[in-house]
Amino acid sequence: MISWSGAVAQLTELVLAILLAPLLLGWVNQCRAWLQNKSGPGVLRPYLMLRRLFAKDAIVAHGASPLFRVVPYVLFGAMAMAAAIVPTLGTDLPYAPAADAIALVGILALARVALALAAMDVGTAFGSLGARREMMVGFLAEPALLMVLFTASLISHTTSLATTVETLSQRELAIYPSLAFAGVAFTMVSLAENARIPVDNPSTHLELTMIHEAMILEYSGRHLALVEWAASLKLFVYSCIGIALFFPFGIAQGGDATGLLLALPALVLKLGIGGFLLALIETLSAKMRIFRAPEFLGTAFILAVLALLLHAFLETS
Amino acid sequence: MNWEIVAVLGIPLAGGAALAAAGHRRWAAELNVALSIATFVAAGALTGRVVRTGPILAFEEQFFVDPLNVFLVALTAFVAMTTSMFSRPYMRIEEDHGRLSAARLRLYHSMYQLFVFTMLLTLLTNNMGILWVALEAATLTTVLLVSLYRSPASLEAAWKYFILCGVGIAQALFGTILLYMASQKLIGSGIDALLWTHLAGVRSQLEPTVLSIAFVFLLVGYGTKVGLVPLHNWLPDAHAEGPTPVSAVLSGLLLNVALYALVRCKVLADGALGTPFAGRLMMGFGIASVVVAAFFLSRQRDVKRLFAYSSIEHMGLVTFAFGMAGPVASFAGLLHMTVHSLTKSAIFFAVGHATQKTGTQVMEDIRGLMRARPTIGWGLIIGTVAILGVPPFGVFASEFLILTSAMRQEPWATPFLLLALGVAFAAVLSKVQPMVFGDTSEKFPPGRLPHQPALLPVFAHYAIVLTLGLYMPPYLADWYREAARLIG
Amino acid sequence: MTALLTPALIGQIINVFAAVLLLVSFAMLAQRRILSLIDLFAAQGLVLCLSTAFVAWATGQTHLYWSAGLTFLLKVLLLPWILHRLIRRLNVKWDVETLINIPTTMLVGLVLVIFAFNLAQPVSELAGTVTRGTLGIALAAVLLAFLMMITRSKAVPQVIGFLAMENSLFFAATAATYGMPMVVELGIALDVLVGVVILGVFFFQIRERFDSLDIRHLEKLREE
Repeated sequence: MISWSGAVAQLTELVLAILLAPLLLGWVNQCRAWLQNKSGPGVLRPYLMLRRLFAKDAIVAHGASPLFRVVPYVLFGAMAMAAAIVPTLGTDLPYAPAADAIALVGILALARVALALAAMDVGTAFGSLGARREMMVGFLAEPALLMVLFTASLISHTTSLATTVETLSQRELAIYPSLAFAGVAFTMVSLAENARIPVDNPSTHLELTMIHEAMILEYSGRHLALVEWAASLKLFVYSCIGIALFFPFGIAQGGDATGLLLALPALVLKLGIGGFLLALIETLSAKMRIFRAPEFLGTAFILAVLALLLHAFLETS
Repeated sequence: MNWEIVAVLGIPLAGGAALAAAGHRRWAAELNVALSIATFVAAGALTGRVVRTGPILAFEEQFFVDPLNVFLVALTAFVAMTTSMFSRPYMRIEEDHGRLSAARLRLYHSMYQLFVFTMLLTLLTNNMGILWVALEAATLTTVLLVSLYRSPASLEAAWKYFILCGVGIAQALFGTILLYMASQKLIGSGIDALLWTHLAGVRSQLEPTVLSIAFVFLLVGYGTKVGLVPLHNWLPDAHAEGPTPVSAVLSGLLLNVALYALVRCKVLADGALGTPFAGRLMMGFGIASVVVAAFFLSRQRDVKRLFAYSSIEHMGLVTFAFGMAGPVASFAGLLHMTVHSLTKSAIFFAVGHATQKTGTQVMEDIRGLMRARPTIGWGLIIGTVAILGVPPFGVFASEFLILTSAMRQEPWATPFLLLALGVAFAAVLSKVQPMVFGDTSEKFPPGRLPHQPALLPVFAHYAIVLTLGLYMPPYLADWYREAARLIG
Repeated sequence: MTALLTPALIGQIINVFAAVLLLVSFAMLAQRRILSLIDLFAAQGLVLCLSTAFVAWATGQTHLYWSAGLTFLLKVLLLPWILHRLIRRLNVKWDVETLINIPTTMLVGLVLVIFAFNLAQPVSELAGTVTRGTLGIALAAVLLAFLMMITRSKAVPQVIGFLAMENSLFFAATAATYGMPMVVELGIALDVLVGVVILGVFFFQIRERFDSLDIRHLEKLREE
């Protein structure tokens, strides 16, 4: 039966994710600016951008099919659903039985495919370019992400995300090298998937270096607003997955109301630190050449598989 | 006081150090010969003592001498002595021909003695870990010797030798670690757990899984140094490109010593496993070596490579014999080790002088040795005939015994062996015969060699092999039987 | 202080060391530059030394302290120093060329790791040490070093692969048996040192003859 507190937690998580995602993006950009000794655009900048975009007209190219118009909504919906499944505040969620690790990866894949199709829909050169590169990155990143999630699943003997998080947070303090490897792999994968340096520069518009930006070049107005919101949601979701798997302290167990209340500041704190670290990584690395991206992701995959093997071999013997 | 062991090991070690200092002097070669003679005398004394009083455990059980390794010690010292006698004029001629400098001769002489030291250490040690160390050291001492001429081919040969044997012996180290692990549970930690005598004592209680995996690694590791197919790649190159005395000791001695190490491990594996697993593996590798080497023989153009493949073939035969096990097969294997060692080194002596006389190692360019230099010609043809198993030489006796044991114990192997031996016979004889007989080639550099080649060692070896073939003295037969019994 | 360490914690810390060793071995496999390769080799030696010292502390086997010290002197200080000097005198600082590209090499490495784990499973159950779970990792590191040797076309990385293999074997010895007797370890160390010295001499000979340390120059000898 769906418990009241569970449903409340679920709704809160969803609303929170949608509302806070642009804030996270703003925070990361602000930290990056501070680290580079600039004054920065302000943490609330993404909200201003969204408001501005919603106010504008959406221009659609002549040759665009209905797919082009639908995709931003699909994207946003998929990301919101992903944000709903990942346990950020509590683990007693009504969606928990369906909130599989594999389902999560599937939803993310759906979002990726949708965006790539839309990019190719209009027929411009940049669109196809971005779509191809995105698929290449995705092709390599998805197995790595799956392996990371499988490592966590092996430790908790289930693929359900909520149960996994519960098991991981209840473990006594122990050193698991497999989780360390998986953590590094996960970081590399999220850098690639969220179009961050060193894989892709989110603020570039140079043909040689665009991946994500190339795909959304044709969008404007509310479509662009939704796509940008979905991108920031994606970053939020990935950060939450990372926190849930590797730093699950503070997440409420079961339907404890006070636990939920405490989980919120814990989440905000962890996201803040995570955002700062992301900005740090971006500042310290240089963007890789595109054809090195497979190597980068290949390394992530290898690390993830190693984590899996290490767990299977070392920690269960 | 076990002065014999001290002498057997100490003389080559000290000699190596001395020659490192003085090896470029004119009397270095004579010093080398003198040291080798002294080592042989000490080895003889040790042998006599073991024959009289039985196995010796010395220096807190770190050294163990029983009939199996003492005969190898005597053989090693003997061949090292005769090779040093051969190398004296040979290296002088090389120096006069300008292929080597005095500095390189210094390296050669000191490494030669150190090499003998490492081989004797491998034979005499009771500690499986030190066995490994010494065998690796034997590779290290000969690497620079193989590349002595500094030609591109010799550098390549030495590099291959180093890397392949190094990798191989690393596998053997892993096998040794596993062996130590298995023995630790029974004997406890510390150096006693690595002593072969202790291991042999508890071998039936060693963990079978561990021992089987350990034996595989040890077989791959030490088998690389024996030259078993498919790990033999380094052997033909190292023999062909190094100076001839080095080829002689590699073929005649190092292969034997590596096989000895393998046999010691096999005894442990047999005791632990109770099944003929170890023996079957050795038989498989042995047969593969015999057959593959035999078929490669006909493709060779370089005379030293030809005889290198012949060494692979014969060592494969001995491995097969030891794999079969049983008193006759082991006896035959030990006999074959002896006669092969003597015959092959003698062949290399003859080949060495032949190549010096003719200035080339390519067989097609060597013709009519019998007319140019009868002693070299006779040396080569007698050796070839002997190594191919023609009676009444000793090789025939041992091969016959191996074949008959195979027919009795492992009949499936007999056709392969016969075929391989036949192919080898045809290939080698067809290549050597025109080298020895036939008209002298015009291309030979005229005149005599600057120094008198030492052909006495050649014929001395042949005499011994002939004697062993015709009549084996009873004490020698007993000795072999005793050693065979230790192998199982 | 030793009472703080439960057996479980000891096992976990040793697992961490083993995992780091495996990571370093993979990093060496993926490395492009020679200087970084030597530094990774030194890092591997350091991990080895620390893990041996830790096992010595946790299990009270004092002879392992000597072993750790020997490892530190030889593999963290002396050998990398010799290699650096060699590189400088040979004037080679190029990128490592590989025979198959790096992602494929890593995938093959992964297969080898799985193979090694499978192989070591029955053996590690039989060992009597607290570190036995790491025998599979040690064997995997050996195979990875071996892979590194055969996929490199220049001489110096092949040698480093060879030395890395010795390192992993040493770790295997510590994992399975708390280290070999001191005499044997000294002998092995001596062998390794002499081997590197001889190789150094050898490199000069190769360089002198070929003006390059590309192994492909050394592949001319064929069956005729």
